[in-house]
Amino acid sequence: MNIIVCIKQVPETTEVKINPETNTLIREGVKSIINPFDMYAIEEGVRLKEKFGGKTTVITMGPPQAEIALKEAISMGIDEGILICDKAFAGSDTWATSYTLSSAIKKIGQFDLILCGKQASDGDTAQVGPGISAHLDIPQVTYVKKIEEVRSNSLRVERMMEEGYEIIETPLPALLTVVKEINEPRIPSLKGMLRARSAKIITWTQKELDLEVTAIGLSGSPTQVVKIFTPPPRIGGQMLTGEPREIAEKLVDLLKQEVT
Amino acid sequence: MSIQIILEKCTGCALCVKACPFDAIRIMDKKAVIDLNKCNLCGACVPACKLKAILIEKSESRIEKPDLKNYKGIWVFIEQKNSLIQSVSYELLGKARDLAKKLSCEVSGVLIGNGLDDQLDELFWRGADNIYLVQAPEITHFQDEPYTNILVKLIQEYKPEIVLCGATAIGRSLISRVAVKIKAGLTADCTGLDIDPDKKILLQTRPAFGGNIMATIISPNFRPQMATVRHKVMQPLEPDKKRKGKVIRESFDSPVYASRTKLLDIVEEIESLVNLAEADIIVSGGRGMGGPDNFKLLEEFAHVLGAAVGASRAAVDSGWMPYSHQVGQTGRTVAPKIYIACGISGQIQHLVGMQSAKIIVAINKDPDAPIFKVATYGIVADLFQIVPALTKKFQERLKK
Repeated sequence: MNIIVCIKQVPETTEVKINPETNTLIREGVKSIINPFDMYAIEEGVRLKEKFGGKTTVITMGPPQAEIALKEAISMGIDEGILICDKAFAGSDTWATSYTLSSAIKKIGQFDLILCGKQASDGDTAQVGPGISAHLDIPQVTYVKKIEEVRSNSLRVERMMEEGYEIIETPLPALLTVVKEINEPRIPSLKGMLRARSAKIITWTQKELDLEVTAIGLSGSPTQVVKIFTPPPRIGGQMLTGEPREIAEKLVDLLKQEVT
Repeated sequence: MSIQIILEKCTGCALCVKACPFDAIRIMDKKAVIDLNKCNLCGACVPACKLKAILIEKSESRIEKPDLKNYKGIWVFIEQKNSLIQSVSYELLGKARDLAKKLSCEVSGVLIGNGLDDQLDELFWRGADNIYLVQAPEITHFQDEPYTNILVKLIQEYKPEIVLCGATAIGRSLISRVAVKIKAGLTADCTGLDIDPDKKILLQTRPAFGGNIMATIISPNFRPQMATVRHKVMQPLEPDKKRKGKVIRESFDSPVYASRTKLLDIVEEIESLVNLAEADIIVSGGRGMGGPDNFKLLEEFAHVLGAAVGASRAAVDSGWMPYSHQVGQTGRTVAPKIYIACGISGQIQHLVGMQSAKIIVAINKDPDAPIFKVATYGIVADLFQIVPALTKKFQERLKK
């Protein structure tokens, strides 16, 4: 089974802090990590390969430093990393990003399965995964929490919904976006880390891909950001003090309008 | 396509440095310098510069623009599950009415499924002028491909200028696919929607970077302008039983309804008394609960309030509660009227999943816990004393 895992390098949000004086983001020294949701996609890809054989490829679109994310994926057991990197791709929204990634996937050629995290932790859109499958015109199942059964040309999976889950069968090739419940990502082994260090990352620029220039980067993106601002901070709260019984009394009074 | 600093205008005031969410601008020799490897051309610096010294140029070779003027009206994708219309759809109709007033246009719902005729009146009462209704046995339940095909065909035929959809499991999968197929701009999880009074375009405001910054997004050259909104962010209208509307029934050839994926079964998990996403009140426990058995305290409290029980990642990772209860970045995002956090310290990953709650009550022993920064009401105390006291008081009060 040939598997392609799509990942994104994101800032580690735990470290994103607001400067209280200027009310701006402090990004100095913020570490870049693999989008946490993509770790489950990587792990699932490696597990499927270990069980059924084949080749795993990880791809990402981003700046040159995103190579680090690809190497980390390789250290977890992925075979090969491809970086889609060109200044022409800057300013891509989810439409242009999924278009560019789908073009890279076409260039990779034969594949059975594409795995993505359910969304990226910085943008939280959950749009690029379904966008890729739409561009490639292959079936998709989002929010997969378990792959129940793997057959030669189909999968049976559990898709997480608000009130439970659905059991869905999909032919291959297909694209899945996965949620945390699907597995627990491994810690890279020493061997894996050594392999990653010497691994050669393939870089594809605009030239290497068959792309309509009008559909990439900022110009190819239907959406534009017109304003970025910091949200007004939550109004300072009120502390309730006293004996447990008194606190309970106060809170019941404060909340009684909302609780019926 | 490029970004440029006009050196004659730049004074090195560094306002752009502060505005840049990507840390891509430095001041060198009293002039702003942009690191193109970091710059994402997001444009945040342009309005920040008081001297108009930053230029973003777009290449002119755009694809042919659709005739924007032919696109009229606001559409809401009406989500149904098990042939029951989901409340997020009523909320979106409420918002759509508000936007329609500013555009002087109609609001239409698109309803796909089977056996839904008895619920149409409610859609009109809640703000729809028209319902595009597509019914067939094979599309009773949502599947990505047929629902995408149908929505794409309807949009191409009727050309709405705005399409709104719930940011639900179904909505996010469906609408991302639709947006790609018709090359439309799509903005996820909008918390604010408005109409630009001059340009008459949709202003879509959403949180980014875990809610630390807000971005306003437009899609001026593409139609329809598409956005998703989470459940409970917008307010539904009170039903006006005098309102009436038009039903437009559509049907398509069977290939349009075909799906390569097959839905084999729907499993409802009854373990959670109340669906977290739907709950008006959530009582949530974290590491401070100390163990799985103590969650019974929260379940009792939740039962009295008619609330759902949530959990932090720490509690789920410790195996005290199933993952389906997890609130936060890697779990569910909730926006109840009241969120009661018991023994939850309030890591950013948890906060992003619940900070849209109207009222947040935090109970924690540690006065420095970050949860208190977002709490409406904070209680620094032992939850094992407070929670039973609260259960008792609410029980007394609610009986009256």
